[in-house]
Amino acid sequence: MSAHAHAHHKESFITKYIFSQDHKMIGKQFLITAIFMAIVGVFLSVLFRVQLGWPGESSSFLNMFLGDKWAPDGVMHRGMYLGLVTIHGTIMVFFVLTGGLSGTFSNILIPLQIGARDMASGFLNMLSYWMFLLSSILMIASLFLETGPANGGWTIYPPLSVFEEAISGSGMGMTMWLTSMTIFVASSLIGSLNYIVTVLNLRTKGMKMTRMPLTIWAFFVTAIIGVLSFPVLVSAVVLMLMDRLLGTSFYISDVIVGGEMMEQSGGSPILYEHLFWFLGHPEVYIILLPALGLTSEIVSTNARKPIFGYRAMIGSILAIAFLSFIVWGHHMFVTGMNPFLGGVFVFTTLLIAIPSAVKVFNYITTLWKGNIRFSPAMLFSIGLVSAFITGGITGIILADSALDIQVHDTMFVVAHFHVVMGLSAILGMFAGVYHWFPKMYGRMMNTKLGYLHFWITIVCAYGVFLPMHFVGIGGAPRRYYDYSVYESFDGNQYEMIMDLNVIISIFAIIGSIGQIIFIYNFFYSARKGQKAVQNPWKSNTLEWTTPVEHIHGNWAGELPTVHRWPYDYSKPGADEDFIPQNVPLKDGEEEH
Amino acid sequence: MIFWIIIILAFVTAAQLMKATLLAKKMANKKEEDISDADNNMNAFLLGLFAVFMLGQVVYMMFKYGNGLLPVAASEHGQQIDFLFNLNWIIVLAVFFIVNSALFAFAIKYRGKKGNKAYYFAHDNRLEMIWTIIPASALAVIIILGLRTWNDITSKPSDDTKIVEVYGEQFKWTVRYSGEDNKLGYADYKLVTGENPLGVVTPESMEGAIKSFDNDIRKLSYKLKQDSAQKEMYSHVKAHEMQSKMEKYGRIKERVFKMQKHYKSEQLIVANDDYISKLELHLIKDQEYQFIFRAKDVMHSAYFPHFRAQMNVVPGQRTKFKLKPIYTTQEMRDMTGNPDFNYVLLCNKICGEGHSNMKMIVVVDDSIEEFNKWKKENTSSPIAKK
Repeated sequence: MSAHAHAHHKESFITKYIFSQDHKMIGKQFLITAIFMAIVGVFLSVLFRVQLGWPGESSSFLNMFLGDKWAPDGVMHRGMYLGLVTIHGTIMVFFVLTGGLSGTFSNILIPLQIGARDMASGFLNMLSYWMFLLSSILMIASLFLETGPANGGWTIYPPLSVFEEAISGSGMGMTMWLTSMTIFVASSLIGSLNYIVTVLNLRTKGMKMTRMPLTIWAFFVTAIIGVLSFPVLVSAVVLMLMDRLLGTSFYISDVIVGGEMMEQSGGSPILYEHLFWFLGHPEVYIILLPALGLTSEIVSTNARKPIFGYRAMIGSILAIAFLSFIVWGHHMFVTGMNPFLGGVFVFTTLLIAIPSAVKVFNYITTLWKGNIRFSPAMLFSIGLVSAFITGGITGIILADSALDIQVHDTMFVVAHFHVVMGLSAILGMFAGVYHWFPKMYGRMMNTKLGYLHFWITIVCAYGVFLPMHFVGIGGAPRRYYDYSVYESFDGNQYEMIMDLNVIISIFAIIGSIGQIIFIYNFFYSARKGQKAVQNPWKSNTLEWTTPVEHIHGNWAGELPTVHRWPYDYSKPGADEDFIPQNVPLKDGEEEH
Repeated sequence: MIFWIIIILAFVTAAQLMKATLLAKKMANKKEEDISDADNNMNAFLLGLFAVFMLGQVVYMMFKYGNGLLPVAASEHGQQIDFLFNLNWIIVLAVFFIVNSALFAFAIKYRGKKGNKAYYFAHDNRLEMIWTIIPASALAVIIILGLRTWNDITSKPSDDTKIVEVYGEQFKWTVRYSGEDNKLGYADYKLVTGENPLGVVTPESMEGAIKSFDNDIRKLSYKLKQDSAQKEMYSHVKAHEMQSKMEKYGRIKERVFKMQKHYKSEQLIVANDDYISKLELHLIKDQEYQFIFRAKDVMHSAYFPHFRAQMNVVPGQRTKFKLKPIYTTQEMRDMTGNPDFNYVLLCNKICGEGHSNMKMIVVVDDSIEEFNKWKKENTSSPIAKK
């Protein structure tokens, strides 16, 4: 109620745009920050793709950005190469696809789609954003350290990440990485708790759990996964800080680094891996589920059909969430873990394919006999489903421990997770931006530029990642500065790796430049785009019943009452092909 | 320079396209949210083209590169892995083509048309049951076959297996053969010195380590005395660092004393017939090997792509992997038609700046005689004689 009372207060610039406690503004802040982080993250990948495509060749482009210290004569420094790979991974996984995706859309959509005035705690929500921003700044700043950023890979396995003597980035760079990630996790936890409480407590009248849009289900379950798994990462990080600063031996045992014999004994690097992947694997679904949630909504709206198997979709989300906690060991098949335990993880991991397959089939059935409107958001959603299939099936190979022996830690893994998690989620995020842009900025994005953006992105993405599978099957390990070791014993194979790497790099560069179309479209449309109407996509969910111009408290009058599920598209007997959730059932109308 | 030109050109292009499309929309009196039939048709057509591009790309690459140009598996279990791999590929690629094609086909076929109405079809328990059961049964097959192979690969080695140690450090490999008794001598990181790079435990090496600690402690304490006598100036931090280093060496030395008491004489002779190689790893065809992996500094991963073998090398732990080479290097050269072909051991876990250079050539010899000839000239005792 207090939020409602606020509605007519005049707000200053600072409380409206900067220290805002309004969920819509905070969502937009998350989005803009994530776009900035994505530009940095993608740009880092362009830098190391130049190295991989044309190893050892002098490039004024590299020299311009890395300077004489990290690219003397335009040839990339080995440590910096690993640093770029590490920070690219960290930024994309955590800052873009976790903070950016969940932060943006959970914030904007949860209150709007469940009919709430705002989040349960506006203040905590604001805090969540500012901690996210702080951690982003720290992570970016670490790129400029004299000793370079953290460069032990984004999974920062000890002992490499513990000892500065082992690699230069494990000094100040790693300290900043750990600090930044701790703040990031705090931000994520505050945000997630807020989302959970909001969904549980602030649903409007009639919004039963079984009438919630699948977006909300996805955000809700994602938040729960986050709350249960992120603290484990913090504990892993704190133990690592102790190993680094206090000389404890949680992860360290019997090592001699840089000629110096260390005293620590009895710890285990494998312990770190268990802790890390206990977050790390659920993290994949923290990234993926919101994207799938957005897509469910977009596919249904644009196919003008109810999402097929609504309850099965919810069941799949819950099953995936549950299973995501008992599969982390598949990252560790070749760590010397007990083979029996490995077998158990093979079983649980492959089980996840079942709910995933159900989701895919349900999407495809939703398209069947639809009346599909190819808005840019719809194209991106179809792209997501395709990427989810393509990336999902290679997961079946990797989950099979016997096969994992051969492809573990090769470029095949890199290709797999980029398609199934990176590409899927980023396509879902784009879909979400195109679809809900009118809700965020009250204006429309340019559709034609949206088409162009989609086609460049999807073609380049497949141009990058399909060949990468073959590089990996050929036995090319990841995080290699170059593949010159292959030259000495198998020329043919070396040639294949080099040829494909050039193709991959070219597609990566074109694809990255193509994103400028999106950036231009986004910022131009936010200011000058065509004014949006209240419900441009003829959608059923509640956010489209709010006024176009944002008001504090979302609805001017009373909160809407919900009478039906959100997927009454093309319902027989109705005049229009959509019936918003707040329209009461007609006499004798069945709910669904 | 070129970089900025490209970026600016991209922005200019985007801006021009924006202008053109806005103008066209204005003339047609169209809004952004109105997706016309023409738009739908165009995108459906492009989706079709894209499907051909994507599925075609996979087919083309399958033919051109197959298994990434890796030659046939050169180990017994590797053949099993390849068989399983091919079987899985058949299942997985079938799913890939069928499901992706269905997705694109439906998207194209049911593209929107003004006046059309979608078919209201919310759920169908039977259909959903079918596509829960089909993937579940396919996965059951995959799991059962996969676990059978996995259990074979990780089973106990046979009695006539030979034990070889692979020791990883930044950025090189060293191998230690277990010699006549087929037992590796004990090893401990506290004993690693220049003469004893793997830290093998013998009475002499323990003495040597103690001497070396004494030496280090003496050096440090001399330096600190110079400091207090004002001949050398160290910062407070530096002096403290040296002091604590000195104490640390003292404590590690204590642990070596304990080791001396702990080891029995029959445990100490095991290392006597061990021998090491720093350049190449030689194996004998059709001989099963049990590899024991140790690391000195950070995690590494011993990756033998041609044998389809991999195991992480973890400091403070011993990991194991068994394999049996079935083709000699020469046979493989004949099979691949590449006279320079060599097996290789790579590092496959990020281990520092030189990660991508960390390798060792692996040679599979035809017979024990051939192996012994190499052994005579190229291996040495694990502890260098002074």
